[in-house]
Amino acid sequence: MTLAEAEVPRVLIADDEGPARSRLKDLLDDCRAEFPLVIVDEARNGRETLEVLNREKVDIVLLDIRMPDMDGMEAARHVAGMPDPPAIIFTTAFDAYALKAFEVNAIDYLLKPIRQERLLAALRKARAAAPITRDALAAAANQPRRHLSVHERGKIHLVPVTDILYLRAELKYVTVKTAEREYLVEESLSRMEEEFATSFVRIHRNCLVARAAIAGFERNAEESESGWAVVVRQTGERLAVSRRQQQVVKDFR
Amino acid sequence: MTSINQTGAGIRLPNFCNLGVMLRVLLIVNLVGIAAAVLRARDLADAPAQFLVFAAFGEPVLVVSLLVLCAGRRLLHALSYPAAIGLLCLLEILLAWASFQFFGTVVFGEPGESFGRIAALVLFVTGATLFYFDLRARALSPAIAEARIRALQARIRPHFLFNSINAVLSLIRSEPKRAERALEDLADLFRVLMADDRSLATLAKEVELARQYLAIEKLRLGSRLQIAWKVDDMPATALVPALLLQPLVENAVYHGIEPLEAGGTISIEVSSASGQVLIVLTNPFKETGSDRHSGNKMALANIRERLALHFDAEASMQTRIADGNYEVTIRLPMIGEQR
Repeated sequence: MTLAEAEVPRVLIADDEGPARSRLKDLLDDCRAEFPLVIVDEARNGRETLEVLNREKVDIVLLDIRMPDMDGMEAARHVAGMPDPPAIIFTTAFDAYALKAFEVNAIDYLLKPIRQERLLAALRKARAAAPITRDALAAAANQPRRHLSVHERGKIHLVPVTDILYLRAELKYVTVKTAEREYLVEESLSRMEEEFATSFVRIHRNCLVARAAIAGFERNAEESESGWAVVVRQTGERLAVSRRQQQVVKDFR
Repeated sequence: MTSINQTGAGIRLPNFCNLGVMLRVLLIVNLVGIAAAVLRARDLADAPAQFLVFAAFGEPVLVVSLLVLCAGRRLLHALSYPAAIGLLCLLEILLAWASFQFFGTVVFGEPGESFGRIAALVLFVTGATLFYFDLRARALSPAIAEARIRALQARIRPHFLFNSINAVLSLIRSEPKRAERALEDLADLFRVLMADDRSLATLAKEVELARQYLAIEKLRLGSRLQIAWKVDDMPATALVPALLLQPLVENAVYHGIEPLEAGGTISIEVSSASGQVLIVLTNPFKETGSDRHSGNKMALANIRERLALHFDAEASMQTRIADGNYEVTIRLPMIGEQR
């Protein structure tokens, strides 16, 4: 028996409704005889879930889909980017859209009210199965994330999408630029272009600019094949506009 | 008579006091007047003059008819349909005759104009108008029934049912007494909702239903859900379309309170002013960029449809977003147990 198997699984409960949390606690207590476990903490929304994960070692998260502030879907997408992510078991009373998307993307979930046998089976399965992939979660999500997550020293750091000035692809990574600093995330720029189509615009093969961050355009810019450059709000940086994306300049005027 | 009476003329005669009905009558009669004027005219330029002749004679008849019909609609609705039609035709002929005596010589100039021709025209217009309203009532009664069925189907989100059961389950071990009360509330609520075959309900009942619904929501949302009722001045016996309030309150909880970490206050104000019932429902509004609003729009569209079917142009529903609050305002004519 390896060390990991011998350890008692540490479970986190995430639900915005008090009664729902206490019901889950009762059920987990009932499961203990057959499936030893520790309840690490409780979270009331996605953000608190991530905070607990930054603080504690967690093996399984029971994650409600519909929560205020940050919902379960977005929290799960940030969790999935962690180096050694906990298993996620989604819970929901009813959410026609989410359930359909979950079926399509082969993501498991528990329906509230949850039966003890179902919970037990899900706990066992969660320990054995591979974590849900980020791609499956992204496909199941019906709205863009409101944060990007950066993983630094094993911790999740959230960058609000509204703070981002531009995204630039560099080899394997995408540089996320805010007014204060830069972050590196391991994502695909074209996927991000799709996800954030309403708030970002592509100006170059390797660059998406936040519409809100465009202060203006500059003509006769150096190192720009089209001659145009975007002037970035706050930092005043110049970003080259490629010839192919030149219509962006016209669209904005 | 609440709204749909299976016997008597009530179902086939319109409510003549309804503004929408009055406007329709005015429109029909004047369209016939225009057609008659065009037929009588020697050429198109003469048509307005001919219409003036019709208007001078016809409009007084029309206006007095509408006033008499509005005042005497209860009597009419109590009669059988043929008797009501007979009475109505008699009334129109009488009014036309009075108008003919009064304005006849002035309007038509020559004394040769016989009353017979006018009587025929009056009977024709009366018949056509009544036929239109009968057809409309027949067309709308399935629409009313269908809109109500859709309201019944949409009245409770599965989300609410399963979450409530889950909340009750959580109470059973720790607070069995509270769990019992919650289940009783839930049963009461569903009894009213399931057994619902009314199309109009009193405001008092609607408010009671909304209160029971909110008591259950309070169970799972706790202090996040605050409710401010302002119903002291409400006309408790006034009739409104059944299930008007509960779907609105449910929307307010689902879209207004649940997305908020700290929760908020739903305020429900029911009052009356100058023969109208006024319902104002306010809840906090947070732009989430989510597409959950489609469900909201469906509930609102259904309520708007039922208001129009029951009250035509006299009822209105407006929504607006102001100061971070979402506000629904409904105005409808005050009708009591008797219409």
